[in-house]
Amino acid sequence: MLRLGTKRAFRTGARRGFQTSAKRSADVTLTIDGKTVTVPQGTALIQACEAAGVTIPRFCYHDRLAIAGNCRMCLVEVARSPKPIASCAMPAMPGAQVFTNTPMVHEAREGVMEFLLSNHPLDCPICDQGGECDLQDQSMRYGSDRSRFHEIVGKRAVENKDFGPLVKTSMNRCIQCTRCVRFANEVAGVEELGTTGRGNDLQIGMYVEKVMDSELSGNIIDLCPVGALTAKPYAFHARPWELKDTESIDVMDAVGSNILVQSRGPKVMRVQPRTNDDVNEEWINDKTRYAYDGLQFQRLMTPLIRQGDRFVPASWEGALTTVREGLASSGANGNEIKAIAGGLADTESMVALKDWMNQLGSDNTALDCPGGSEPPATGVDVRANYLFNATIPGLEEADAILLVGTNPRHEAAVMNSRIRKSYLHTGLEVGFIGERVETTYEYDYLGADLKAIETFAKGKQGFAAKFKQAKKPLIIVGSALTEHPDGKAALKTLAEYVQDNKAKLLNAEWNGFCVLQRNASRAAAYDIGFVPSAAAAKTTPKFVYLLSADDVDPKTIPEDAFVVYQGSHGDLGAQIADVVLPGAAYTEKGTTWVNTEGRAQMGRAAVSIPGAAREDWKIIRALSEVCGEALPYDDIVQLRDRMWEVSPTLVRFDTIERTSVEVAQFGLAQLASASTPAKASGKTFEKPIKNFYMTDPISRASVTMAQCTRAFVKGEDYGFSKDETAEQASFA
Amino acid sequence: MALRCLRLRPVLSARRTFSTTRIARSDALFVHRDTPYNNSKIPFKFTPENLKLAQEIISHYPSQYKKAAVIPLLDLGQRQNKGWTSISVMNYVAQLLDLPPMRVYEVATFYTMFNREPIGDNFVQVCTTTPCMLRDGYKILDVIKDHLKIGVGETTKDGKFTLVEVECQGACSNAPMMVVGDDFYEDLTPETTKKILDAFAKGQKPKPGPQSGRHTSENSAGLTSLTSKPYGPGEHCLPEFS
Repeated sequence: MLRLGTKRAFRTGARRGFQTSAKRSADVTLTIDGKTVTVPQGTALIQACEAAGVTIPRFCYHDRLAIAGNCRMCLVEVARSPKPIASCAMPAMPGAQVFTNTPMVHEAREGVMEFLLSNHPLDCPICDQGGECDLQDQSMRYGSDRSRFHEIVGKRAVENKDFGPLVKTSMNRCIQCTRCVRFANEVAGVEELGTTGRGNDLQIGMYVEKVMDSELSGNIIDLCPVGALTAKPYAFHARPWELKDTESIDVMDAVGSNILVQSRGPKVMRVQPRTNDDVNEEWINDKTRYAYDGLQFQRLMTPLIRQGDRFVPASWEGALTTVREGLASSGANGNEIKAIAGGLADTESMVALKDWMNQLGSDNTALDCPGGSEPPATGVDVRANYLFNATIPGLEEADAILLVGTNPRHEAAVMNSRIRKSYLHTGLEVGFIGERVETTYEYDYLGADLKAIETFAKGKQGFAAKFKQAKKPLIIVGSALTEHPDGKAALKTLAEYVQDNKAKLLNAEWNGFCVLQRNASRAAAYDIGFVPSAAAAKTTPKFVYLLSADDVDPKTIPEDAFVVYQGSHGDLGAQIADVVLPGAAYTEKGTTWVNTEGRAQMGRAAVSIPGAAREDWKIIRALSEVCGEALPYDDIVQLRDRMWEVSPTLVRFDTIERTSVEVAQFGLAQLASASTPAKASGKTFEKPIKNFYMTDPISRASVTMAQCTRAFVKGEDYGFSKDETAEQASFA
Repeated sequence: MALRCLRLRPVLSARRTFSTTRIARSDALFVHRDTPYNNSKIPFKFTPENLKLAQEIISHYPSQYKKAAVIPLLDLGQRQNKGWTSISVMNYVAQLLDLPPMRVYEVATFYTMFNREPIGDNFVQVCTTTPCMLRDGYKILDVIKDHLKIGVGETTKDGKFTLVEVECQGACSNAPMMVVGDDFYEDLTPETTKKILDAFAKGQKPKPGPQSGRHTSENSAGLTSLTSKPYGPGEHCLPEFS
């Protein structure tokens, strides 16, 4: 059904269809219900109706997917047309007279609705889609109040499919709109989903039994207009009208997807995507969507103080005093006081922590990543050196992409769908350097180490030649590359390459040198300058402050050092701490997050903080007061003023400050002139994320993510389906 | 619940049972289940002759549209695989055409002429669409059922026959008709039908075409027009042209 030949990269051979013809921007004027609207040529009639302020009922049409035209719900009347017309599949024609509210239209839609309902089970009371079901809503207007259905054999019955631990299926409810099939094939790159059979027996599935292995699979639940695909972890937990919506920002990766945190009382019930065309369109990945149950497990509720082998609950006063005493008794001075910020540390708390560290005379502010205790290879002086300069929407403009030491599918799954979109619809060429991974598009494999980058830079044929000819080439450097022993040398080679080809790679419209971060806090940390100075990197710390740092290797922390952990989850960081200070998770605090493009976005608190835990910046503010001099801000507004002083970009929300060409060039010159070790280590660029479903304390504490790991990463039976029969029997 | 109530009460009068019309599908299921005889581990490959044929078929289409060859290739695979399209055949065709296997499954499940379960040596398809029905197609079907002692969609125990009911095969002028393998047997009567089946059971191959003795679909009551000898070249021409 997908006209474009589509397949995974590991297969070879011809694939893509012909390029679509160039966009024409001519406008078309037509009349809809007596109202004149002008829309670009090629617009579907349904969109023209939207532009005229008329909502057309629909099931199969979705403006981010290919047009199928098979539900027939969007029928409208067009003058001089003998039959009603499916407005989703009909282009707007100049001078067309469209009527959306005539008896003919109503009768047609009522007929369609009757057919749809004739095979749809009447199980709305036990259906999880109830309250947010398109079929339910539209049947209120177009449905009949009584049935003419007298088939003795009953309604069509289709067996349920097992798509894995995330998507629950109830295929009797399916109305075959094929939105899920189109999404899976076009956006997610799961080409195993399709339609089998024909006519009344048509069904959605994979024909052979397998789970739907995609990082974006949760989106088919949102797309499903009926209750055929619902969320397994959320099954029978809440009704949509019980939930409180809070607009927030996702922190599971550095994309900064816009999310809607839906909560009931003190509990986050689910996470839904929020439309933002500049960031995540309207998709989110499965970790974003389903790791929320990790917010309830392994939480730190009270301050804890280590006594021998065990932690003893303490009061805030006791804990803060212990930290003060620990700081004094460790004898740490200046750079011996070290702070490490983890991937989930929010901008406010990092600013406060850095201020406090500087107040204590230390420049030893490190990051929780390999090589994070040394000044980063990219430097922090020029933003263009560590940000995704081309921006996320700009990704679609690129006609050649070189991926270096990164797997966007796992590091930024939502962005990856844009690469696939571009791959399907344009002549995008992708080159890949690093450990081989399965992507959702084909790539030219160039090698796995520094040598491959050098070969590419000198190369005159193959992908290197294609890249040189590209109009808008794009180099995506993974954050793991900057942490690699050969990272400096790699960046140097790439920076020199960009300088040599700056006509195309770096100009006023286009900056093709991009770094893809993989942690929500990283771009903000670099903006703040939360990196150690060269002198500090050489010091052995005596006092270590871990701010949500859970990937830290315990061996790198000296045995006799006094360790404080502040964070939301009792993960690895808390285990090695002497004092544990309970902080808030991202759904419990209103904080700033800077995504990999450098876009500052505001996260908002959806639920209250559990137990005695506190907002992170307040803990640091309190600690500074206990330890001597209080930080000069008493509320979040004052703190944001301080952030403005540090970098105005941190508080200019929802915009991107582009780096000017001159400054970007200066940044590249810095990279190109960096001193590199004489001999390269020659180690391969390994993928930093081995298990997409568990990358941070929240997802590691999540039961759903553990099931995903079993089902998708290890390929085991995840044991969720078996329980399902019992659970459903008790409910149904 | 309703059923249980009924069972408790003594039956007063003949009550209607819920009727369950048999759903006659061309094939049982639209999902694949691994079985000993049909699973993706069973190897399948075109024979060298068929591979040559397949390449010839693929060459009919532009290289970027070679997926257009999926139907002829599935047919070729079905012929090589004793008349049915196993999951291995589909996977092999997908691999040959660089398609995701699901695209091939979609095609194979859509078209009823791809049998996704094994069939007998002789695949008997009886037409019961309107013209055949009017000419007693259902009687022919019943005769076959009785004679082979199988129902529609079933295979005889000896594995010689599989019977299915099909829609119009385009031989309406010679109704009623059935298809055995690739051949049409037309103008059937119960007697000729049995004779044909018996011949196939013995391993013979009866002559295809109308069984009433008439030539193709000529009028069974004899020709009414064009009865005279057709004139040949040079006849009825001006002398200078003859």
